[in-house]
Amino acid sequence: MPYDEALERFEPVLGLETHVELGTASKMFCGCPTAFGAAPNTQVCPVCLALPGSLPTANAAAIESTIRIGLALNCSIAEWCRFARKNYFYPDMPKNYQISQYDEPLCFDGYLDVEVDGKTVRIEIERVHLEEDTGKSTHMGGATGRIHGADYSIVDYNRAGIPLVEIVTKPIPGTDRLAPEVARAYATELREVMRALGVSDVRMEEGSMRCDVNVSLMPRGSSEWGTRTETKNVNSLRSVERAVRSEIERQAAILADGGRIIQETRHFHEDTGSTTSGRSKEEAQDYRYFPEPDLVPIAPDPAWVASLKAALPELPRVRRKRLQQEWGVSDLDMEAMHNADAIDLVEATVAAGAPPADARKWWMGELARRANEAGVPLSALQITPDQIARVCAMVAGGALNDKLARQVLEGVLNGEGSPDEVVSARGLQIVNDEGELSAIIDQVLADNADAAEKVRGGKIAAVGALVGGVMKASRGKADAGRARELILQKLGVSE
Amino acid sequence: MSAITRDEVAHLARLSRLALADEELDHFAAQLDVIIGAVARVAEVAADDIPPSSHALPLTNVYRPDEARPGLTPEQALSGAPAVEDDRFRVPRILGEEA
Repeated sequence: MPYDEALERFEPVLGLETHVELGTASKMFCGCPTAFGAAPNTQVCPVCLALPGSLPTANAAAIESTIRIGLALNCSIAEWCRFARKNYFYPDMPKNYQISQYDEPLCFDGYLDVEVDGKTVRIEIERVHLEEDTGKSTHMGGATGRIHGADYSIVDYNRAGIPLVEIVTKPIPGTDRLAPEVARAYATELREVMRALGVSDVRMEEGSMRCDVNVSLMPRGSSEWGTRTETKNVNSLRSVERAVRSEIERQAAILADGGRIIQETRHFHEDTGSTTSGRSKEEAQDYRYFPEPDLVPIAPDPAWVASLKAALPELPRVRRKRLQQEWGVSDLDMEAMHNADAIDLVEATVAAGAPPADARKWWMGELARRANEAGVPLSALQITPDQIARVCAMVAGGALNDKLARQVLEGVLNGEGSPDEVVSARGLQIVNDEGELSAIIDQVLADNADAAEKVRGGKIAAVGALVGGVMKASRGKADAGRARELILQKLGVSE
Repeated sequence: MSAITRDEVAHLARLSRLALADEELDHFAAQLDVIIGAVARVAEVAADDIPPSSHALPLTNVYRPDEARPGLTPEQALSGAPAVEDDRFRVPRILGEEA
């Protein structure tokens, strides 16, 4: 069902579960290294392979990072809590269980505010808990490389045991038609919080941040929530938005037909932007959670927690408010820069000496257009904030106008060198030589005698065509204002 | 009186991926009953002044510093595996589970 129609008939309720791999040097319960992309089974030991007799010991840095995440998300920190065993039969964990947390999460009852469409939306956080990541299975044989039809699987346990933080929101009603944007804004904000804390590299394409998206629909006017589905491992911010939209459309079509939504796990497909059914969700009790007997309880010292809270860095939203104030831009302009991932770039450009308005103009204008054309993020453009600041300085100093500046940017993006090198290689300076400019004007006046006569006769508006002629003859390098003055002077006309 | 039913044994067997014959369900139901009975005796002595506990040790906050150290070589890690391919553990196909 088309999105607009779906929203006329139903209201969505969202929920998001996000997994973040912590950037610790060693694993959660053993000393194995955690580098991404290492050769298979080179970062394993008796503990993470579950060899008999091995015992886990919790990583102090992972506990600290999880508490800092909880504090940054305005959570309460448990005074006492335990790890729990989540039992399941699957070869991605050699123990046949995952060490996780169940009814005693380390952090709980927080919130994260995000901006969508100029409004602040408060996302309530249910819990933040600590667990261990699983190994990576590759399914072999069969036509598709997917599990159905596979002949067997091969497993690499390098990832098994890397500390993994799970952040779960409370159900989010009331987002209405902005549900996809709210989901994306939340994932974006969460990623920035993690970066500000320095606890994870949060690279969605490498799986160090993964989102599971829960969606349910209820008919307009109803207050009873519908059955939800959980779309797993959505691995880009854009996909978070698309997965919510696609699930709303799919569920609305089923409900409008009188059908029922099955509570299940679904898989998102990047290529089609749609979801397909996975396994039916097992009941929580099937995991037979129980307190982990091999690890003692966590009881963070309140004074230590208070000191972690006091030492939190400036959080992204606070930083944006500060920069917005310093730069003097509107809420919507700031949101646009945020959505374009331009804030760091503009800030660095301003730090390199450019006025904020100019820095924003180039990044959100010409450079955003070029990034969009190339289908890459702004940060992937082959140009630095220092170079933009240099171009801004040349415009401010009168050596370039905006049109020439665009050509300089094009040259830099083409790999022709620094802005100064492009200016001299392409000969892009404004013509400041009065003699040269005067000669060009004389030629233009001679070639456009009619227009010159009109101006001489008092029709000053006709001077525009003559200035245009000068700009054309100079290939855009003349100073248009100075050219106008000289033309009027030569024609003996004053304004 | 049997505290645990045949159906519950069958459910546990499925979660554990154990194939039990019909007569084994009765056999294990009786055995599990004995175990549950033994545990129930502990509950009888638990009074209000004894808090529930999951550990014998009165310890909290036992951690290790975040320092990486070498583990096993792939050869050592895979030496006990029934089947190996591409330096990975080769396992039978898994049906009815997620990818």
